[in-house]
Amino acid sequence: MTLDQLPLGTLARIDSVDWPALVPEEAQRLRALGLDEGAHIRLAYRGVFLARDPLAVEIGRMTVALRRVHARAMHVTPVGDDIADQSLTDVRV
Amino acid sequence: MSRGPTVVALVGNPNAGKSALFNALTGARQKIANYPGVTVERKAGRLLLPNGEPVELVDLPGTYGLEATSPDEEVTRRVIMGEQPGQAQPDVLVIVLDSSNLEQHLVLAQEVLELGRPTVVALNMIDLAERDGLVLDPAALSAELGVPVIPTVAVRRRGLGDLGAAVAAAREQARAAPPQPRAHLLLPERRMMARTMARGAVLSETSRHRLHARLDRVLLHPWLGPPVLFALLFIVFQAVFSWAKPFQDGLDGLFSALADWLRGEMPASLLRDLLTDGVIAGVGSVIVFLPQILVLFFFILVMEATGYMARAAFLMDRLMAGVGLSGRSFIPLLSSFACAVPGIMSTRSITDPRDRLTTILIAPMMTCSARLPVYAVIIAAFIPARQVLPGIGLQGLVLFLLYVAGIVGAMVVALVFRRTVTHGEASGFIMELPKYQLPTVKDLALGLFQRAWIFLRRAGTMIFTVAVVLWLLLNFPRAEPGKDQVDASIAGHIANGLAVVVEPIGFNRDIALSLIPSMAAREVAVSSLATTYAVGSSNDDDARAVGLATELKRHWSLATALAFLAWFVFAPQCMSTIAVTRRETNGWKWPAFMLGYLFALAYAFAGLVYWTAIAFGLG
Repeated sequence: MTLDQLPLGTLARIDSVDWPALVPEEAQRLRALGLDEGAHIRLAYRGVFLARDPLAVEIGRMTVALRRVHARAMHVTPVGDDIADQSLTDVRV
Repeated sequence: MSRGPTVVALVGNPNAGKSALFNALTGARQKIANYPGVTVERKAGRLLLPNGEPVELVDLPGTYGLEATSPDEEVTRRVIMGEQPGQAQPDVLVIVLDSSNLEQHLVLAQEVLELGRPTVVALNMIDLAERDGLVLDPAALSAELGVPVIPTVAVRRRGLGDLGAAVAAAREQARAAPPQPRAHLLLPERRMMARTMARGAVLSETSRHRLHARLDRVLLHPWLGPPVLFALLFIVFQAVFSWAKPFQDGLDGLFSALADWLRGEMPASLLRDLLTDGVIAGVGSVIVFLPQILVLFFFILVMEATGYMARAAFLMDRLMAGVGLSGRSFIPLLSSFACAVPGIMSTRSITDPRDRLTTILIAPMMTCSARLPVYAVIIAAFIPARQVLPGIGLQGLVLFLLYVAGIVGAMVVALVFRRTVTHGEASGFIMELPKYQLPTVKDLALGLFQRAWIFLRRAGTMIFTVAVVLWLLLNFPRAEPGKDQVDASIAGHIANGLAVVVEPIGFNRDIALSLIPSMAAREVAVSSLATTYAVGSSNDDDARAVGLATELKRHWSLATALAFLAWFVFAPQCMSTIAVTRRETNGWKWPAFMLGYLFALAYAFAGLVYWTAIAFGLG
């Protein structure tokens, strides 16, 4: 499944990114923002009115806006919400 | 190395609260200029360290990494490396981190720390993190990073003294034993380290009842978000045109009074005319827009400081993508409705150079406030004040259509340019949506003051020069006694030549003449038409407008009037816009291109309107 197909609010892990499909500067920008293989993300908002573009993605405590072309290059796997809770609880000391 | 004062630079991700920290540390004593050769703003100010040593504090553009993807980020990298011409390498770096976003911000921090420069870390906006239920341990983070970590809240001035002391200590320590470069890590390794360090620094984290998530549920909602944005924009426009009006009238009265006073005090001479008709009238006609610009910027600064502007860009992105631009172009184009000059200046936030250029080129088509006096006079004279539909007057409808014509024109031109002169990859839209925050009065006031100052400085130099030159063109050579001065002047001769060119689009010689001085600013067309038709010398604008309307109707056909309106939708008659385009694009190529295509468009559109009107028997 690619990121643009992810149901809203579902936590997922980025498995792979088709970097060559993206403009190099944009690929670098996405990577700098942490949207890279292994990152846990959640699709928060999708589109305006009937359009499916742009998307807003939650990564850590940050929200990042991007376009569908970028999301389509990212393959994701939904992970259960219990794991999401895990990721929150295991930081408690 | 012998050198000037100690230089300290603030480095950090965008949205780390760097500018607020910079404002808090330096107060209002800031110098803003461009780095040589690039349109990247250099912000510097003076900071007194607790030991009394004055240092120069430089606020570097926000960046996500030292591998630059934009001119801004390139400047940041070069300054840190000591490769930026005209900028001494900073003696101490202050890395600014957003406390609520450590996992992300520590990636850049590690990259900077690898360089082995004397460094201090500011754990900024720690209050917002606490609001979100996140309690951090600066000491643990400091142990991990190997440099001092100072918790700060820039907007509440918390931790500023400690930060200064840490900077002084780092400076002292570097003199004794300069720090060494550290091992270089690859990005995935840095990210893993960042995650570990961020988690290690968290003392406790309660459930995330984040305010911004709840606000976004409404403001970014696919159906609720856009109406909220449009309602907000409606309020902004109302404010720009109604709040500013009394101040604008006040300034206008002030300049008229000043001119009258000079006329009374000085004996009649060419010098007096130069001062009253050239300098005061010319510069004054531009300064009266200051209130509108301040009101607009107040809203833009509030929208930026609260974090809403990024949401507006998100909501508008789909629309802008339709013409090959992105949501980032929305902010400059919005500013351009007040004045294209600040609009073009704010294109700096657009990372893609082709996107930025396209936005600069279409910004003058947004109906700026300088066109309003022209539209108002012509519409009042030629368009009957009758209702077309209940509640909708014909005059208002025409004004609305002129706004729409500008927007549609800009969109079409953007579409064409993205396929021709600014051809390239379709631009993307990748943008961090910052957390919502209450702006501080001080930061807003400082931002407004800086904008006003930039505007006034331009009015005092560029516009002053143009006003004087135009006055000279209109007054030399001197006419023989009894002859008309305008006919004898250089401008008069130019108008005669110009009249031949503009005749096919329905313009007469009087219009051709008014087009010359209105190169300085569009609204000058009104006063120059008033002069040409010798409508008294009353300073009462309303009386003059009524008199002018009668005269216009006697000399112009309806088709000519409509063509004149159409002309001003596109004509680039604003020297300051051309000047700022030259500055922002570093050369004369693009301003020349802008002048060319906009005049061609104005000519074609005015001609189209004129001949269509003639065909419908309105000649």
